[in-house]
Amino acid sequence: MTLHHYLILAAVLFCVGLMGAFTRRNAIVVLFSVEIMLNAANLNFIAFWRYSDNPELLHGPMFTLFAIAVAAAEVAVGLALVIAVYRHFKTVDLESMNTLRE
Amino acid sequence: MTTTTLALIPLLPLLAAALTCGLQNGRRAAGVAIAAMLGSCGLALAAFNEAWGMAAGAHKTFNFEWLTVGDTAIPLGFVLDPLNGAMLAMVTFIGLLIFIYSAGYMKDDERMARFFCYLSLFAAGMLGLVLANSLLLLFMCWEIVGVASYLLISFWFHKPEAAAAGKKAFIVTRIGDMGFLIGILLAFKTTGTLTLYDGGQGLLETLPSGMVWGMQASGLISLLLFMGAIGKSGQLPLHVWLPDAMEGPTPVSALIHAATMVAAGVFLVARAIPLFEAGDTLPVVAWVGAITALVAAFIALGQYDLKRILAYSTVSQLGLMMVGLGVAGVSVGMFHLLTHAFFKALLFLGAGSIIHGCHEEQDIRKMGGLAKPMPVTTIAYLCGTLALVAFPFTSGFFSKDEILAGAWATNQPVFWIAAAASLLTAVYMTRQCMYVFPGTHRGAHTPHESPRIMTVPLVILALFALGLGGLAKDSVLAKLPGEAAQHETIVIVVSIAVALGGIALGWLIYRGRALGQAADPLAVTPLVRKLWFDELYAATVGRLWSLAIIIAEQLNELLLRVRDLAVLLADRTGNAFAIGGDRKLIDTLAFDGMCNRLRSAGHAVTRPQNGFLPGYLRLIALGAVALGVLVFWIK
Repeated sequence: MTLHHYLILAAVLFCVGLMGAFTRRNAIVVLFSVEIMLNAANLNFIAFWRYSDNPELLHGPMFTLFAIAVAAAEVAVGLALVIAVYRHFKTVDLESMNTLRE
Repeated sequence: MTTTTLALIPLLPLLAAALTCGLQNGRRAAGVAIAAMLGSCGLALAAFNEAWGMAAGAHKTFNFEWLTVGDTAIPLGFVLDPLNGAMLAMVTFIGLLIFIYSAGYMKDDERMARFFCYLSLFAAGMLGLVLANSLLLLFMCWEIVGVASYLLISFWFHKPEAAAAGKKAFIVTRIGDMGFLIGILLAFKTTGTLTLYDGGQGLLETLPSGMVWGMQASGLISLLLFMGAIGKSGQLPLHVWLPDAMEGPTPVSALIHAATMVAAGVFLVARAIPLFEAGDTLPVVAWVGAITALVAAFIALGQYDLKRILAYSTVSQLGLMMVGLGVAGVSVGMFHLLTHAFFKALLFLGAGSIIHGCHEEQDIRKMGGLAKPMPVTTIAYLCGTLALVAFPFTSGFFSKDEILAGAWATNQPVFWIAAAASLLTAVYMTRQCMYVFPGTHRGAHTPHESPRIMTVPLVILALFALGLGGLAKDSVLAKLPGEAAQHETIVIVVSIAVALGGIALGWLIYRGRALGQAADPLAVTPLVRKLWFDELYAATVGRLWSLAIIIAEQLNELLLRVRDLAVLLADRTGNAFAIGGDRKLIDTLAFDGMCNRLRSAGHAVTRPQNGFLPGYLRLIALGAVALGVLVFWIK
């Protein structure tokens, strides 16, 4: 296992998330996809830290912990938005939310 | 005394003002205001006690930083010395009595709570002014006092005269304040500080030097400060607002326009007297004061309104205080200020009691015969009158005597003017008393004595009016800077002669006359019309103003013509270009062509804006990738 393996895995994860966010119509699934992208980034942090010259500094895990905490908050906000959207439109289908066009 | 306790003296009334402005219940507001004033009075008496224990000329400063702008710190502060210690005690004590009196006087007014709010605001401003150790703080409080005075004069704003009088007071004093402000700026420019005493670094300790606009700096600054004092203290030629200010409720006249606010100008001169001495401008102060004293006393002879007579008398006495400051220094001027505050507050409150008893009648021709129904008021009023005319051994006698002695020693023309003003004072006060007290009542209603809450302050003030002068004379003259002059025999003789002579003269003129029916021998047209000062201002300043308006209108007209011409010219030029084939070039090729191109570009741009949310996300991702590539590429 070298650094490249991890990076490729992270890139694949990121692309999966990106494709999900592009193509899925359900807002909740899009939210999942965004989370997957975030986790890809976190994986990169950990990988780079693990293979760095002085891993005893713990920069990577700290950053990752931060990102996870922020992501948790962000998901809470995102879900609240989805609920608000659902109450308003009675659906979470992104394609039917096109009021910006008018 | 610490900074906090000193600060509480003005802050307590300020707090009361803040509290009472929300109250509806007049009695509760009066209670709050009087309680605050009582606390303030207690602290002020403690401060007075400490200040009076200092050596003459000593002072204590309490400076603190107010705010910092960049590198410049603006300090404010309080000072305590015998000068403002005495002033503090006087203002709070008289203020307290007047607050109590107002609770009786205003009890039927539906805006009584508001009245006490304004009164408290006034007291806060006045006390801050007295305590200030910085020209900046002094000026701020000075303006608070001005605003409070405006609000109080036009308190009965439904009367057009009262509203006009408030406006007049505000605008006329503003003219003086402009000079004051310029003086402050000039002082800051020349010395770099506005703090009065600052351990040897203050404005009054270093004193501005050098020349400004061809004049000595300290002389010019002191004259500009004196301009503020002229406005506030009703000196000639800015005295016109003070008599009109009598449209306000009577306690206001007593508190603001007799005892305290108008004394602010005199206090300012006393506070800044090192500047006046350095600039050698004290003779100006003395002359302005003397002329004011004489002219105002003259006008008072011909007035019929009870309060207006007292107002002109105030102007005249303020003039005498300025004379005292000008010829003999702080102690003499301030001594008269202190005694005058007590007996003039007494006279105004007495006048308020009389007006109240006569059912809001102010015309002395419709009074008369009040001695019997209103015994307490009458006796108190007569005490005040005796003090004002400087009857021997009343308080006014001692203080006026010092002024006359000082004038005799340094400036004899001023002495004779001041003596003449004193003679006239005795005459007009005798005239007023002859109209009001003896004989039979000429008004429509039966007069009645005022309630106890109004008469008790009168009695207390009457005791002070009679006794304060003799008791306080030595310590005031010893504690305050300036030296009293030697009393020549001629001064004492003249001083007693004018007082007694004036009373006798008044009695001889008015004895046995059918007052109120027959013509008054002294109310000749020039005096009734107040020497045409208002008309003079209407004819000069007012006419200048009208002229300025006419000029402005003509200019406006001219401007309109020029505008029309320019429009016409532009129109012609435009036509010429249009006809010269530009229609084709610009309209079809440039304009329409450009429009079409813009329109199609707009269509192209709007296509992605289709409201499809994942589409937006894709564009964002595309942008991010492009940005990443760009960064990578540049690197």
